[in-house]
Amino acid sequence: MNDKLPYELTIEPERYELHAPPVHHFDLDRRDFTKLFGAGIAIFLISKGAVARQQGESGGRRGAEQSAPSDIATWLHIAEDGAIIVYTGKVEIGQNIRTSLAQVVAEEIHAPFESIQMVMGDTRLTPYDAGTFGSQTTPQMGMQLRRVASSACDTLRELAAKQWGVDVARVVAAGGRITDPQSKRTISYGQLAQGKALAKAIPETDPLVPPAQWVVAGKPLGKVDGRDFVTGRHKYTSDKKLPGMLYGKILRPASFGATLVSVDMSMAQAIPGVTAVHDGEFVGVAAPDPQTAERALAAIRAEWKAGPAQPSHREIFTFLKTNLQAGNRGGGRGQEQSSSESIAEGLAAADHKLEATYTVEYIAHAPLEPRAAVALWENGELTVWTGTQRPFGVRSELAQAFRMAEDKVRVLMPDMGSGYGGKHTGECAVEAARLARAAGKPVKLVWTREEEFTWAYFRPAGVIDIRSGVKADGTLTAWEFHNYNSGGSGIGTPYTVANQTTPFHAVASPLRQGSYRGLAATANHFARESHMDDLAALVRMDPLAFRLKNLQDDRIQAVLKAAADQFGWGKSKPAAGHGFGIACGTEKGGYVATAAEVVVDAATRGVKIVRVVAAFECGAIVNPDGLRNQVMGSIVMGLGGALFEAIKFENGRISNPKFSMYRVPRFQDTQPIEVVLLDRKDIVPAGAGETPIMALAPAIGNAIFSATGTRLRTLPMVPSGLVIS
Amino acid sequence: MPVQTAAQSARITEIQVNGAPRAIDVAPDTSLLSVLRDQLDLTGSKYGCGEGQCGACTVLIDGNPRHSCTVSVGSVGKRQITTIEAIEQNGRLHPLQQAFLDVGAMQCAFCTSGMIMSGVALLKSNPDPTEEQISEYMQGNICRCGTYTRIVAAVRQAAQAMKTSGKPAAKGE
Repeated sequence: MNDKLPYELTIEPERYELHAPPVHHFDLDRRDFTKLFGAGIAIFLISKGAVARQQGESGGRRGAEQSAPSDIATWLHIAEDGAIIVYTGKVEIGQNIRTSLAQVVAEEIHAPFESIQMVMGDTRLTPYDAGTFGSQTTPQMGMQLRRVASSACDTLRELAAKQWGVDVARVVAAGGRITDPQSKRTISYGQLAQGKALAKAIPETDPLVPPAQWVVAGKPLGKVDGRDFVTGRHKYTSDKKLPGMLYGKILRPASFGATLVSVDMSMAQAIPGVTAVHDGEFVGVAAPDPQTAERALAAIRAEWKAGPAQPSHREIFTFLKTNLQAGNRGGGRGQEQSSSESIAEGLAAADHKLEATYTVEYIAHAPLEPRAAVALWENGELTVWTGTQRPFGVRSELAQAFRMAEDKVRVLMPDMGSGYGGKHTGECAVEAARLARAAGKPVKLVWTREEEFTWAYFRPAGVIDIRSGVKADGTLTAWEFHNYNSGGSGIGTPYTVANQTTPFHAVASPLRQGSYRGLAATANHFARESHMDDLAALVRMDPLAFRLKNLQDDRIQAVLKAAADQFGWGKSKPAAGHGFGIACGTEKGGYVATAAEVVVDAATRGVKIVRVVAAFECGAIVNPDGLRNQVMGSIVMGLGGALFEAIKFENGRISNPKFSMYRVPRFQDTQPIEVVLLDRKDIVPAGAGETPIMALAPAIGNAIFSATGTRLRTLPMVPSGLVIS
Repeated sequence: MPVQTAAQSARITEIQVNGAPRAIDVAPDTSLLSVLRDQLDLTGSKYGCGEGQCGACTVLIDGNPRHSCTVSVGSVGKRQITTIEAIEQNGRLHPLQQAFLDVGAMQCAFCTSGMIMSGVALLKSNPDPTEEQISEYMQGNICRCGTYTRIVAAVRQAAQAMKTSGKPAAKGE
């Protein structure tokens, strides 16, 4: 389905998450620094490690290796007016890192939080960054910014000490000033920066303020610029307007894989002010206002030839099991993969054996702001404002689509209306740029909700087969876990099993698929934790005790106990019709356990969630309020995929591409959710936007099992009006 | 083209927005949302679905909350339209806007304008809503980031603040 677009749109499941190689042209020479930013003090963080980490295991995408990788991860500038400006390629997509990153900078540089400005996701001004995904901002960028800020603070102290002719050890940094307590002299950071043109590069090794001593970091702070959002003043990409700007519309194929047989643009072209473009399989229009653009689009006469037959949602799971791709990979982080003989031995040693299949449907991210882009060509250079989690990746896509050098392309990312892993790509940016080039004027393109539901990409559907064995005392003896298509994240079991294998099997997905919050960890945890619940029932053990017995990892045990305590697990039996469920897991450095109570109406089989408790731990907490918000948001989003969200498709078309047909969680779906946060000040902070979503679905499924004895093995579990079928 | 001629003959040239007449020039079947955003550059009201399902485009028409994406500008007449841009008065936030900040009732905040407009309308008709009443009233507003619990708390906080200050609820006319 991708080959009819004028540029490559390769999306693969998260296992091969879009780790673009570092293609950065650091077109800002360090010596030219003052030309761009004015006088002051600049600190650059040199980090080969960071770039290597970002490359991931599957670099080399699209042969873009021709550029030398940049070794600069981030930089910080102290301006003459005292403003501390931080430059990072990360972007703000609703996870509030604009706030939490500023917090850690304020902490290390000992300046007021308000004096920190963040310049984010502008490919001309910020260092290369692979993208904002994988819960990497807090552990990697957060750490790098702490180092840069810490070094900047040292530099300021040195400057002041030198100016005063005193030993640097006796001067103190606090509140944006350097003070010498003995002579009572004091000078602000801005004053120190005046007249300077100082650029300093530092390695990734400077010591940091231990989290236990944090003053600004570790505190709950509201969203930076929150006032702009509650007044409607913030300009998202879709709100942007340039002088003379046109509005774009794209003609979409009649179905996935359809090819253009013929197209007549003459009627569209005849409408005054309209630019109509037909370039290969790309057909689009631009007009002075959206209504004229729509009229022009409707005036295009196109004939499509349907592509090869495609499966529908009804036979998707059979399809996934029978269309394997070559090159399967074992899953599980560093876990030993046992041989089939060893699995057979483990099963033979078991008192109880269990085989079960779990399935997960495709779901959509449905970010409330659909894809949007504003493109401007000037003097052969292209500037695009667009909502994306990968501004540098989009810059590569644009450079390739228009066969131009990357330093002639600038991508800017205004804080956007969310992504959840769904906005890694730049198709809308490329489309807007193509129209703008033809029109000779800037063009804004905002995808409709139907386009977003159809032409974006989905969380992969999947089939998971598990075969296991357990002794009567609750010891696991065998664990064979096959994931077909949904992905390898969180595929390894955290439970101790002597004989285990957890392979992932790649499939040629009929629908375009890609990353999604938590990736496959949600599917893999749903399968594993549902299965563990069944095993607990087989050996007649309490589900919590059964898990604790088989867990070695004290961090998982800690969240499991914390969730159980808050929930009151074991304190009382569920009331008639009610059920309790619990589930846990770890991924991306975060640890989560979720307990749920449901009630099922005996007559109607209708399910209602009574209560959810989630315990989460991701090391030292940077912003407790932001973290709580992320955990809560993950749970609410998780409710949709757990209970009712599913993409329906047939004959190469999405059958439910609207909010009226695709149910997402709303106010009345949100039952009381209690969040317990464990603050491990001794552990480097990990990301938190994804992992809390993982344990919700199995906790609810286990609670439904507890209430009814019915085991639901498909996500979503109750798509038909919350009724168990 | 005949369609174009018919549209031209019945163009809408003025609507009442945020207390003042605004000159426009559009066909009557143009959505109110598009007029606000594309003609008047009042971009606080958002496009989220185009079918009145997500509430991101919510405005007040004569004080009543409406999905501006499904309202044609030709049907508005002389009625008063209030958008998020007019909820802050003389640099002072409405108590609900302040409550959204205090509670941190947002993540990406793309839904926030619509949430505040719905909440303002609710507080006008029911100055002291329960949590259940808030959830029911705002069921038509989607927050994909899942901040519903905080939004309910923000509406409750605003109700309390408005009760103690004795201020009338939002202005909608």
